[in-house]
Amino acid sequence: MVAVVHVLAVNPVPARSQMGSSLGFHIILACFGVAFAAVTMTAEWIGIRRGDPAALLLARRWSKVMAVLVAVGAVSGTVLSYEMGLLWPGLMGRFGAAIGFPFSMEGIFFFLEAIFVGVYLYGWDRLPPWAHWWSGMPIVVSGVLGALSVVAANSWMNSPAGYTLSHGKLTSVDPWSVFFNASTPYETAHMVLAAYMVTGFLVAGVYAVGLLRGRRDRYHRLGFAVPFTIAGICAPLQVMMGDIIARFIASNQPVKFAAMEYVTTTTRDAPEWMGGIFINGKVYFGAAIPAFDSILVGFSPHTKVIGWDSVPPSQRPPLVTLIHLSFDLMVGIGFFLLALAAWQGWWWWFHRRLLVTPWFLVPSAVSGVAAVAAMEAGWVVTEVGRQPWIVYRVLLVSQAVTPSGGVIVTLAVILVLYAVLTVVSIGVPMVMSRRWRRGTPAEEDAEQVPYGPSPGRFSLAGHTAPPGVPPASPGVPPASPGGPEAP
Amino acid sequence: MSPSPEDIAVAAILFVVIAAYALFGGADFGGGIWDLLAGGAERGAAPRELIDESITPVWEGNHVWLVFVLVLLWTAFPPAFAAIFTALFVPLSLSLLGIVLRGVGFAFRHTAERLHMRQLTGATFAAASLITPFFMGTVVGAVATGQVPVHPAGNVLAAWTSPTAILTGFLFVAACAYISAVFLVLEARKRGQQDLTRYFSLRATVAGVLTGALAGATFAELSTSAPYVYARLTGIALPLVAISIAAGIGVLGMLWLRWYHPLFLRGTAAIAVAAVVFGWGLAQYPYLVPSSLSLAAGSAPTATLVAEFVVAGLAVLLVVPAFALLYFLQQRRVLTAAETDADLRLAAQLEQAPRRQHAAAPAPTSARRTRTLVLVVLAIRVIRDVLSRSHRR
Repeated sequence: MVAVVHVLAVNPVPARSQMGSSLGFHIILACFGVAFAAVTMTAEWIGIRRGDPAALLLARRWSKVMAVLVAVGAVSGTVLSYEMGLLWPGLMGRFGAAIGFPFSMEGIFFFLEAIFVGVYLYGWDRLPPWAHWWSGMPIVVSGVLGALSVVAANSWMNSPAGYTLSHGKLTSVDPWSVFFNASTPYETAHMVLAAYMVTGFLVAGVYAVGLLRGRRDRYHRLGFAVPFTIAGICAPLQVMMGDIIARFIASNQPVKFAAMEYVTTTTRDAPEWMGGIFINGKVYFGAAIPAFDSILVGFSPHTKVIGWDSVPPSQRPPLVTLIHLSFDLMVGIGFFLLALAAWQGWWWWFHRRLLVTPWFLVPSAVSGVAAVAAMEAGWVVTEVGRQPWIVYRVLLVSQAVTPSGGVIVTLAVILVLYAVLTVVSIGVPMVMSRRWRRGTPAEEDAEQVPYGPSPGRFSLAGHTAPPGVPPASPGVPPASPGGPEAP
Repeated sequence: MSPSPEDIAVAAILFVVIAAYALFGGADFGGGIWDLLAGGAERGAAPRELIDESITPVWEGNHVWLVFVLVLLWTAFPPAFAAIFTALFVPLSLSLLGIVLRGVGFAFRHTAERLHMRQLTGATFAAASLITPFFMGTVVGAVATGQVPVHPAGNVLAAWTSPTAILTGFLFVAACAYISAVFLVLEARKRGQQDLTRYFSLRATVAGVLTGALAGATFAELSTSAPYVYARLTGIALPLVAISIAAGIGVLGMLWLRWYHPLFLRGTAAIAVAAVVFGWGLAQYPYLVPSSLSLAAGSAPTATLVAEFVVAGLAVLLVVPAFALLYFLQQRRVLTAAETDADLRLAAQLEQAPRRQHAAAPAPTSARRTRTLVLVVLAIRVIRDVLSRSHRR
């Protein structure tokens, strides 16, 4: 107990925990910021192209959820930019001039994204269909470019480049080389694919629950098929990408790779460990495939894999078990999602039909949560694996952390606040979906979301139901194409 | 060593962004303050609705201004950023707490269905509007008085609890309430709500007088606590101070005469605030933190400053047209042809049959087998290609 208190009292640990939990929370919302617009616009495209009201209704409702999530993401993103200074003044004071440039670019793209989310929401009733569809395109583009910028900042911490130091002071910076450092293409591609998978599988999961509950109408089928297809296309690309990145890390950050794969000493015929806990130099409860790690790294069992004995203990990452198990979890989930996508792909190819068996729908319902888990595990691997460095082989975390007291307090507050934010970002869409299913159409039109037009003065005014059509009421449940519950 | 032109240009951009945040963010926080002071659920319903309607469209933009301030500061002036965020850890954390609580209250209050939940989220939102500007004020006060050491060893409690810093905190709160009330007068007038126009006109006047009094007190306090800044405020920055005072009096005059001209009233109030921000910047020159960290010593290398300059230009180039489009849409009438959610719901209900006939009919089995085979072969070749290339590298 005393030891735990002592460890917590050293600033790097609470500071790392606070940064980790903030990033871990924000990254889920960021995924929606990057990818949700593309999912929504696919539904809209189907809706306009085929005159399909169910698809258009999905697109409209998704755009509202997108607005709520982007608004919460803006708050948690502001928290992160504060934390750069509150927690890591040693990093920002020394290298702010280098790492700041990608963040500045990200600022622009986020600004654009927020404005065009507003344009998209306002445009529903004010632009012709195809013009409206195109008005969503800037959200997709700035989402991807924003991800590129902010991931470039993280990549720079893994592959610092584009600066010169003299006497510990930054004397010149090449912003271009900072932005496009060696890790940038790998990390960005990995993260953008992850964002599309997380968003696609999470949204599909919601409608899988609806399908499981017997809501088999076109609205729910489309609500499942559109995001699932997008995520499913990304799944095999992501597995390939992951394989390529693992080889890149083996050469670029061998110590991180050694922790990922339990490579204690530099060796040929390195075994591939599946699972297992590392205690005092031995792996317990793990299964090893002989020489397979060497084959994965260099396509030959004789490939030399660098172990963590190549650096002194003070430069090795802590918690190797956590790093290794996180890596295994990420890879495992990646293959699980790939299998799920392949199954549906197979069925579609030969039968042109959606799988509705519970054997498929139940795993699909949890696929989104699994994708989130895989992404979080991936970030654990890359961040914990870089320790004890904050800038790889340049600056230690302990040199960067704030000397101010009170991080333990802000950590506690942040955890409570993020619990509240989680309730908001799951609760608000749930309340909305309940209203969609049970409320009257007029209520739905009157719904107000961040960025969107205020309803009192615009859409509600003057709207009447077309003649001859009975007003939709909660009394027609089997036909009601309402949204399903969140899982 | 005197600061280079790049240093000065980026510092100028920084202060423009700070002024923008003070105006838009200030109006936003002020809205929350008036929400807090609007009284019981029934009595305060009308002003609260007005505040809500005028804040909703701009709320998000304000975050972006703040993020730009932070990013510019850490990119262009890293040592100042590190020093301020270390020494003023406590007030900065508290202002961040306010921002998060505001966001939570804001996102949830529209969806909260029961009254007590609405009141809880509303109260959170309003209280947070008070916390954030106050602690940001103490931060500015601490920096202006030169109480932030260049290499702080930890929290510097004395920096932000000095009388000047606390006064600046109150000044910020009053200024937010003031600028917001002026904007709300015009919003109420635009909607033809006579009683609310008078309601906020009265409040704008009170807040304006209070802001003036607090500004005077802070100014007097600066003469002893920050002699360098005080000397420059009464010297080279005096014209800006005079402009701010004149604009402030002008606004009070317009309110008294009930001359609610949208452009003049808003513009004059904005000048009153912006002139103070620029006056503060000019008074600090050439220091980032008065007397200890100069602009020249605290600036990033030239390439970074140039990059930031380009980024700022890019922001103007991309963001201004986007904003124009959004504004155009907000003013535009609803197209009659477009469906509403309600129409779509009805249409989707009427048309329940699965529309699979629209999809292409499956090709004969043999053709599909061949196609699958070709695709698999292609995929394998692509994968092999990629793998062998990364192997060679």
